[in-house]
Amino acid sequence: MTDSAGASAVTDSRLKPVFKNEVSELPGGERVKSCFQCGTCTASCPVRAVDDSYNPRKIIRMVLLGMRKEVLEKEPIWLCTYCYTCQERCPQEVSITDIIFSLKNLASKEGFMHPSMVPQVEILSEFGRLYEMTDFDNKKRAKLGLPPLGNKPEAVESVFDSTGLSKEAEERKGSSK
Amino acid sequence: MKLALFLGCTIPARGLHYEASARKVAEFLGIEFVDMEGAGCCGMPVRNVSSDSSIAMSAIALAQAEEMGLELVTLCSACNATLTEAAHMLHEDKELLKRVNEILTKAGKKPYKGTTKVWHFTRFLHEKIGPEKIKSLVKKPLTGVKIFSHAGCHYLKPRTIFDCFDSPEDPQTLDDLVKAIGAESVKIINPNECCGGGILAFSEDDSVKIAGGKLKRVVDHGGIDAMALHCPFCNIQYESHQKKLEKDSGEKIDLPILFITELIGLAFGLDTKELGFGQHRVKPKDLLAKVEA
Repeated sequence: MTDSAGASAVTDSRLKPVFKNEVSELPGGERVKSCFQCGTCTASCPVRAVDDSYNPRKIIRMVLLGMRKEVLEKEPIWLCTYCYTCQERCPQEVSITDIIFSLKNLASKEGFMHPSMVPQVEILSEFGRLYEMTDFDNKKRAKLGLPPLGNKPEAVESVFDSTGLSKEAEERKGSSK
Repeated sequence: MKLALFLGCTIPARGLHYEASARKVAEFLGIEFVDMEGAGCCGMPVRNVSSDSSIAMSAIALAQAEEMGLELVTLCSACNATLTEAAHMLHEDKELLKRVNEILTKAGKKPYKGTTKVWHFTRFLHEKIGPEKIKSLVKKPLTGVKIFSHAGCHYLKPRTIFDCFDSPEDPQTLDDLVKAIGAESVKIINPNECCGGGILAFSEDDSVKIAGGKLKRVVDHGGIDAMALHCPFCNIQYESHQKKLEKDSGEKIDLPILFITELIGLAFGLDTKELGFGQHRVKPKDLLAKVEA
């Protein structure tokens, strides 16, 4: 079966029912199976209010159904602005925001890091912060009586090497997914 | 009172007026900020892709403050939530602490013992100095100035890691400080809706639309002189995007966006130039005229 956009429906045989167990073991996932689909999350979501493509209730239901590939590769999980409104309001105390963080982490490990994360990882590795502190910046700081700041990159790069993030970002850069 | 000052990425590069005014207000109140030499990013940006990387970056800062023997203060709400959550998790989960300390040791950093207390400066002002004390020090009360306070998300959410010190739905602590300096605190519908800053890198369109919706509600309320906030990301969303939003909609916004420390400094009678008022894209000239009148 296909929908109007030509996408195939995910039939029972393609579902991975164990996905909910996998997610329940991830940080924030403890109560994922308690979701009763009331929709408070989606109704509360500031992103949903401006963009129909993002729907936290749908993401949680897809996790429970076992639509692993669709969630990690196709759903716009990167649009969560992590405001925690859904998590604070969830009557079943599902840590929705934390689950979405875990899904983004899992997607990244499997080669589906959002492309805009790659330069952020590179800049942090190089400068230790999101903005390089130049002489120009330090001159502006001096005018307001603020102390100069340097860049201290080496620890961050080592952290990313240890966790595997450097490699994930490098591989993502070279892929066309 | 001594605190280790953690600046993070955005404030020292894009929020100089926030940093300058916070330092001036702290000095005025007898709070000594000790700069954390060589400190960098809290880890927030990489939480999206690698929770362990984010927690390890936070742990570097937490361990540095621990070594200094000081509680840590941050001006940025994103740093605040990231560092508070990391401190919370590293305190609760000894396995995680062990794993993260191995990463730190490999990076040539001191391991974290797990004892650092993290403050957002606003919460520190509210809890440790108090609105009453601040009120008693006001030289130029902001009488007749109407302010909408945007407490935002990462100042107080998720509430489980912040001991429920303020309400996520209808926060009061920032309003208390606004009232302490003589201004009128005004509420709008859904007062604590997110600024949208978290997705600026992923969908600029959605992100700016979210900010614009809230700005419109503030302007439509009528009579509000400024928005008060305490996070550099919220400031980018509401101040830096105003011109673009005005151009797109054809409607004037012209709403000054001020950091709470600028407002407190102003009420203490500190020099507006030194507080960084000259840095604003949306000039708060009407508000300054009201206060000087």
